[in-house]
Amino acid sequence: MTSAARAEPAGRSVGQVETKRVVLFGQDNPLVLESGERLAPVEVAYETYGALNADATNAVYICHALTGDAHAAGHHGDPSRPGWWDNIIGPGRPIDTDKFFVICSNLLGGCQGTTGPSSIDPATGSPYGLRFPVFTVSDLATVHRALVHHLGISRLAAAVGGSVGGMQVLQWALDHPDDIHAAVMVCSTSKLTPQNIAFSAVAREAILRDPDFNGGDYYDTPNRPDTGLSLARMIAHITYLSEESMRQKFGRRIQDSAEPRRNFGVDFEVESYLQHQGESFLGRFDANSYLYLTRVMDYFDPFGGSATQVAERLRALRTRFLVMSFDTDWRFDTEHSRELVRILGAHRVPVTFQEIPSPWGHDSFLLVVPDYHRTVDTFMRRVHQEMVNGARTAPAPGEDVAA
Amino acid sequence: MVPTGSRVLDLGCGDGDLLEYLIRERGCDGHGVEISLEGFHACIDRGVPVMQADIDAGLGDFDDDSFDVVVLSQTLQATRKPDMVLREMTRIGRRVIVSFPNFGHWVVRAQIGLRGRMPVSKALPYQWYDTPNIHFCTIKDFERLAAAEELHVLKKVPLNGGGNAATGMKLRRPNVLALGAVYLLESVHA
Repeated sequence: MTSAARAEPAGRSVGQVETKRVVLFGQDNPLVLESGERLAPVEVAYETYGALNADATNAVYICHALTGDAHAAGHHGDPSRPGWWDNIIGPGRPIDTDKFFVICSNLLGGCQGTTGPSSIDPATGSPYGLRFPVFTVSDLATVHRALVHHLGISRLAAAVGGSVGGMQVLQWALDHPDDIHAAVMVCSTSKLTPQNIAFSAVAREAILRDPDFNGGDYYDTPNRPDTGLSLARMIAHITYLSEESMRQKFGRRIQDSAEPRRNFGVDFEVESYLQHQGESFLGRFDANSYLYLTRVMDYFDPFGGSATQVAERLRALRTRFLVMSFDTDWRFDTEHSRELVRILGAHRVPVTFQEIPSPWGHDSFLLVVPDYHRTVDTFMRRVHQEMVNGARTAPAPGEDVAA
Repeated sequence: MVPTGSRVLDLGCGDGDLLEYLIRERGCDGHGVEISLEGFHACIDRGVPVMQADIDAGLGDFDDDSFDVVVLSQTLQATRKPDMVLREMTRIGRRVIVSFPNFGHWVVRAQIGLRGRMPVSKALPYQWYDTPNIHFCTIKDFERLAAAEELHVLKKVPLNGGGNAATGMKLRRPNVLALGAVYLLESVHA
């Protein structure tokens, strides 16, 4: 996105980095999914920035959103093509690599180096396609924590995520109370609304109805469900922008012409933009991964149990939260964050909350919005004080000795 | 006024110094609400959980009876609807602590009565046009509001200049002599 209003990031880039790969679950120790199904091998693509301290107390995990990847910061040789969250991670940046050891991995079911539907099923020698097992947000967290253990870390200083990334952070903190000291959830949610599910349903329909989808077995065919996948991306992308940001970016301007063409091709700038978003997505994303990952989001509902169950889970929490939303986000609007804050607060979980003014809608979490970066910066400095320097703080319910 | 280990909500918590003390020294479970960015960041910096929010926009995010004590320190006079804020505090907390500057203090009376000017003092350092304090009251006024809201005064502490409990004459004639007051209140239906 480009705009005069966007600020430059503070600090520096981490520079050149590389994506590493590790097999975390093999045939002799398969990943046991929440469903009970077993999956092996599970390979994970990840990157790290900064240095782990001697006590292994300064690690921060970045959980990426729906279509992100392990390449969060730095660059792979071309500084003009930085990672997707480069503006917030680096020396002197809010997630400061001079202080923290930062880890980001591609999530389970993805298509950017971690095992997913496009990986080879060892049982058949062909890509899984729709034979890939159904998984949950808990399973995503299980794989993340396996990587954390592989790196010699038992408790993270923080786990940070925007959108679906935040959902992973929440589930992880609930499933494994000892793992995370502080959680940062930006424009995220504890459950999708019917409207959220509806948008995802239409996006999936676009893929499923593409004649080239072929029941998910399109990897060895000449054509892929490109029409469906690009449509899915175009639909989703509308929900990532606010009406105001579209007005500012495109207005009603006509693309490459003084006069409207008045036909059914791409005419308005906004149409050209969406088409570009759809097409460029094809080069980096897999249609089956899109189906699986959007479905994982639909079913996410960690507070969906009985009041007693929810209270029990929250009583064990050993994590303090920073929850942030953006006032023009309509994908996961502030009400999503408020509900999360209400639930956490009602169960005595230390939670800090801020709604940040920003014209850029859901996409704001990827951009340099000064108030947002300042809050992450302040919070992460405090997290460092607590984890590395032992500063005392408001205890989470599971840490409260008096409770 | 705040029991050890109690659950405390501080409305308009500023830089979080009170909450930090209650959390650290008194084992309280403290949360703050603060409208200013500076205060919000100072709270994070102290490790105090805080929501950036406007008290006047409502406190609907807090459940009924979800706190033992709700504190409003030197902020009542800056709210748009002090009566509504007091009602909300009583809904959220079992007990309510409110402190405010006393507009009935003799210096204030003298400035208006003798000089014919709106009062400016160390305790009330603003001009009438730039003050955040839009709803001043005297100690008597506050007690009337508390009664009208069916609140029972459990404790009343008139304050002197340093914000400490007043002594001597000030206790006998607080509406004229005390610079402010702190009240511990509870619903008469509690």
